[in-house]
Formats: sequence, C-alpha cells, structure tokens
Amino acid sequence: MEPILDVKSITMDFGGLRALDRLDLDVQKGEIVALIGPNGAGKTTFFNCITGLYSPTRGDILITPPGKKTERINGLKPNHVTERGLARTFQNIRLFQNMTVLENVMIGRHCRTRTGVAGAMLRLKSAREEEQTIVDHSRAILERIGLSQFVNDLSKNLPYGAQRRLEIARAMATDPFLLLLDEPAAGMNAQETRELDNLIKKICDEDGISILLIEHDMKLVMSLSDRIFVMDYGRKIAQGTPEEIKNDPEVIKAYLGEDPDA
Amino acid sequence: MLTFAEIKRSVLVSLWFMFLTFPIMVVRVNPIEEVVEWRWRNLIVIGAGSFALSFVWRYMMARKEAGLKRKEAGGEKAPLVRRIMDRPRLSRSIVGLVVAFVCVFPFLFSTYQVTIMSTALIYVMLGLGLNIVIGLAGLLDLGYVAFYAVGAYSYALLNFHFGVGFWIALPLGGLLGALFGVLLGFPVLRLRGDYLAIVTLGFGEIIRLILENWNEFSFGPSGIAGISRPGFFGIDMSLNTATIYVYFVLIGLVILTVFFVNRLQNSRIGRAWVALREDEIACQAMGIDKTKTKLTAFALGATWAGMAGVVFAAKTTFINPASFTFLESAIILSIVVLGGMGSIPGVILGALVLILLPEYLRAFSDYRMILFGATLVLMMVFRPQGLITGVRRVYRFQGDNGRNES
Repeated sequence: MEPILDVKSITMDFGGLRALDRLDLDVQKGEIVALIGPNGAGKTTFFNCITGLYSPTRGDILITPPGKKTERINGLKPNHVTERGLARTFQNIRLFQNMTVLENVMIGRHCRTRTGVAGAMLRLKSAREEEQTIVDHSRAILERIGLSQFVNDLSKNLPYGAQRRLEIARAMATDPFLLLLDEPAAGMNAQETRELDNLIKKICDEDGISILLIEHDMKLVMSLSDRIFVMDYGRKIAQGTPEEIKNDPEVIKAYLGEDPDA
Repeated sequence: MLTFAEIKRSVLVSLWFMFLTFPIMVVRVNPIEEVVEWRWRNLIVIGAGSFALSFVWRYMMARKEAGLKRKEAGGEKAPLVRRIMDRPRLSRSIVGLVVAFVCVFPFLFSTYQVTIMSTALIYVMLGLGLNIVIGLAGLLDLGYVAFYAVGAYSYALLNFHFGVGFWIALPLGGLLGALFGVLLGFPVLRLRGDYLAIVTLGFGEIIRLILENWNEFSFGPSGIAGISRPGFFGIDMSLNTATIYVYFVLIGLVILTVFFVNRLQNSRIGRAWVALREDEIACQAMGIDKTKTKLTAFALGATWAGMAGVVFAAKTTFINPASFTFLESAIILSIVVLGGMGSIPGVILGALVLILLPEYLRAFSDYRMILFGATLVLMMVFRPQGLITGVRRVYRFQGDNGRNES
C-alpha cells in the first residue's frame, strides 16, 4: 500500500545554511508518527516545507489522499496544501485571537465551502444553508474536542491548554487525512498532557486521521507513536519503533552528547 | 484624594505650561504703537486652568488603569452595544427614535443643516467602505480617497460627455471603484503594515496628480462644473427640494451599505477577512486563499468609495482634484479608528462626530481646529479602541439539538 505521505530526500537551504539535508520520511494510513530531535534540528522547517510555507530546495513531497491518486505537492501554496487534506497546528499558538472559539473553527471550514460575495450579500438560500452546516459541523467538532463550554468566548481568553486543543479543533475542521501537530503538549501540565494523549489517539482511531507530530515530551511520544523519526542538524539519524529508538546509540548521542568512556 | 505629592505635581505642571505658553499668550508686540504688551492675566488663567486639568487628567488615567485591571481579572463589563442588543425592547425603541429623527430632520432644520448632514452621510458611506479594508481585513490603506475620486470623476465625465444620469452612473461608479481596487490590490498583495500604507498613499497621490495634470481628460485644477443633480422621474426641483432629495438618497444608500456590510462581515467572506487581519500565516494554513481574500476586501471597500464619489459629484455639482487630497484619506481613516475598527455603529458615530463637530464648532471660530485636534488626541489616549468597540457575533444554541437560532 502507498504511504499517504512520502517525503523523498528533501533539502532546504536558507542561503548557505542547510536546514534539511536529504531527509526521507513516510506516514502510512492510520499511523501516528513522531518526529523528534534536539532544538534547532529542523523539525519545524520540515513541517513548513510540507505545508507550503517554504518551498524545499530539492526533493519530492508526495501525498496519496485516501481514494485519490498520488500527487507531488512541492511549492504549492499553503491554502492549496490544506485543501488537499493536510492540516497543521503551530508550535507558538497562532489562533485568531479576537475571534470567538466557534468562529476559529468555522474558519477551518472555509476551504470546504463555496459561498461568494454575492451569496453572502444577498443571503441566498444556498448561502444560508451552507452557513448552517458550517455552524453545526464546527460545533460538533468543539463538542468532540471538549471545548463546547467556550463556544462564544474570544479565543485569546481561553486557558492555555484549551488554546492548544482549539488549534487541533480548527485543523480538524478542514477535513484532513493527515494532521501535523507541532509540539501540541508544549507548556502543558501532566494532567493536560494525559488528556491530549487520549485525544490524539481518539482522533486517529475514530476519525481515521493519520498523525505526524513533533514533540519533546518523551513520555507522550513513546505512548502515542507507532513509529519515530529522529533528526539532528537537518539529517535523519534514526527511525523505528519506540523500543528501537530508546536503545539507539545515535539517538542517545544526539540527546546526551558523546560518552567519553565509550 | 488630595495629597501633598499630587498638589506638587500639579503645581509643576501648571508652571511648565505657563512657561511654555508665555511667548504666545503673554507677550504681544504692538507694531503700530511700537510697544510690548504684557498680558499677565492670561498667565494666571493658564496656570489655574492647567492646574485643574492636570487633576482631571490623572483621574481619567486612574480610571483607565482600573478598567484595564478589571479586564485582566476577567471581570470585564460587556460592551455597551451588546448590553443594548441583549434588551430587544430598548434596542427597538432606540432604532425607532433614530428612524423618526432621520425622517423629520430635513423638514425641521435649515437647508444648511441638511447639507452638512448629507456631507456627513457621504463620510458614513466612505467610513463603512474603508472599515472593510482596515477594520475587518486589517489592510492599512492610506490612499482610499483615490477610489472616491474615481467615482466622482466617472460620474462627472460621463455626465459631461454623454449626459449619463445619476442612477445609471451610481452602479457604474461602484464598478469602476471596484476595478481600481483590484488594480491597486494586485501590486500590493505581498505587502502589509507600514509598507502597504506607503504604497497606497502613493497610489492616492498618483490618482490626484493625474486628475490635476491631464487637462484634456479631467480639465485639470479648474475641475468640472454643472454636473446634474440626481433626477426623480424627470421632475424639476428647487434647490431646497433637491437638497432634501439628496439627503434621502444618501439615507437610502447608507441603509443599503449597513445592510450589505453587516451581512458580509458575518459571512464566510467576512470571517476570512478577520482571520487575515488576526494572523496571515495561520489564515493561509487554514486553507484561505490570501490573494483572493485581499482582493475582495480591496474591491468591495473601493466599491462604496466609488458610489460615495458619484453622490458627492451629484450633490456639489462641481468637482476638482482639490477635494481628493491626502487629508481626506486621513479623515476617513480617523473616522474608522475613532469610531471603532470593525464596528458598524462605531463607524457611523465616528463619521457624524468627525464631520459635524468642526461644523458646529464654528462658534469657536479660530479655536475650532485646536478643539478638534484636542478631541482626537484625548479620544486616542482614553479610548484607543474607538467610540464603540466591535463585538463578535454570539451564536446561541437551543439545548443539544444544535440549531443556530440567532
């Protein structure tokens, strides 16, 4: 079976700096894959390349949405990548702060709906019906993610953990087949992290959305992931199941430094 | 509380002001009798005045700080508009009063009053149009007056050369405005913030300079005179009736504008604009086409400026490039910022205040522009969010069946 995301040897140069160096990564359907590595390893750059914020210097990014043909998405605009079914969250929360929680999620429905200027001004029947489905759908997502008590609050007034979850809700509203989470547990306490763990598993199992996540919380990564990719200095240094990664000498070296006695 | 420290501070403030204003307020050289007059009384007035005002200033500052603290603590009071909207009977009676006043206004007051009110209504339209671009989509446009000029000149020239009537020119002016909006939009798609502001400023000046210098096309600085007033099934109207008629045409257009802008801002398109304002990168990552969204904002904002321009040309029957200077853009921008970005009632109130205030301040003759400026400064210090804060729509759900009933 084709992997739903197949990244082949991508390289990203910023001037003389090589942020990504011939990196390979793949995600199979229904899988939770983690991407880990020390700070500055190039993980977020990798996300930005996949989601169209950067255009990689070399290499191929291939996606195979369920029931559709394989497509190369290098250099597509971010909104077109999202339309094809890849949605992401951000490491430093980027919610629409002065919009309500519900509206934030409704924005996610934008690329799945069609109402234009004329439809909106004249409030045609089709526009009204579409608006109603947007509201219903968004509300259902909020219910699932456990944010329904905040519906009409401005998103900037939400507690931190809820803001992180709202980012996930917003991304889910775009109907993705692959969700890219950039440090979803950053800054969360133990309780919130446990809830997040359950939430991510639920999204993967029940909604059939595959997940690629960057995370520093090793407990969460080990508990969630089917497979782990480890990066350092823009290169992939290891890949495998959580068990394999735990005992990989390269990974231990990257995280803890060289053992002088060895 | 009056403490010694506060009194000391106020005394210092008043001394400082007396020193600052000494050369202009106290010393006067009388060139005819060749003497210097010393107006010591002014000094005392200024000293006492600034002493008292510094207390008021500190009191207002303290109030503002307290307000901010309340906000941080989460005990924020709902905005006034929301509190009024939450009480349907009150809001209905307010709307009723406003409608009644609007209808009888031209019959109660003089033609002069009706004329300045019509001018204010044109600015309401302009403000609501610019509110789309700045308040909703967050694109700082300093050349907005260019679209106003496009509308005005398209009616003036069509009327002059082909005798096109007002009611045909009105949608045409809107369309031409939109076209120019897109023309400006394309080159500035990559820009935002300060850079966008400077480019749009340049665009506004280009349009004005073209109108000023291309004599064969626009008749240069001498402008175009004798533009037809709006017609009403070919009936001849006296100046007085025509003024009242323009007033009602404007009322109609303002209502139409409010109607459409309100629908737009609570639609899929309007949400995309606000998302673009809030965070451009997240907005794209959520699947919104940045290009399309920016262009629609520019085009729709310009549409209303174009229509307002047509009405302006028809109302004054004479236009020249002097009506479309950067100052106009700045005033429209002030209307949006002072009224409250993204708030329709705010922008309407802002336009009325900013346009009518200088007119009614004529009683203060020489001082009216100082008062006007001081009002703006004080407003921005104590109420930076504008007269009426924009509120996001509240969705109400009944029980668990998920119906949206608002």
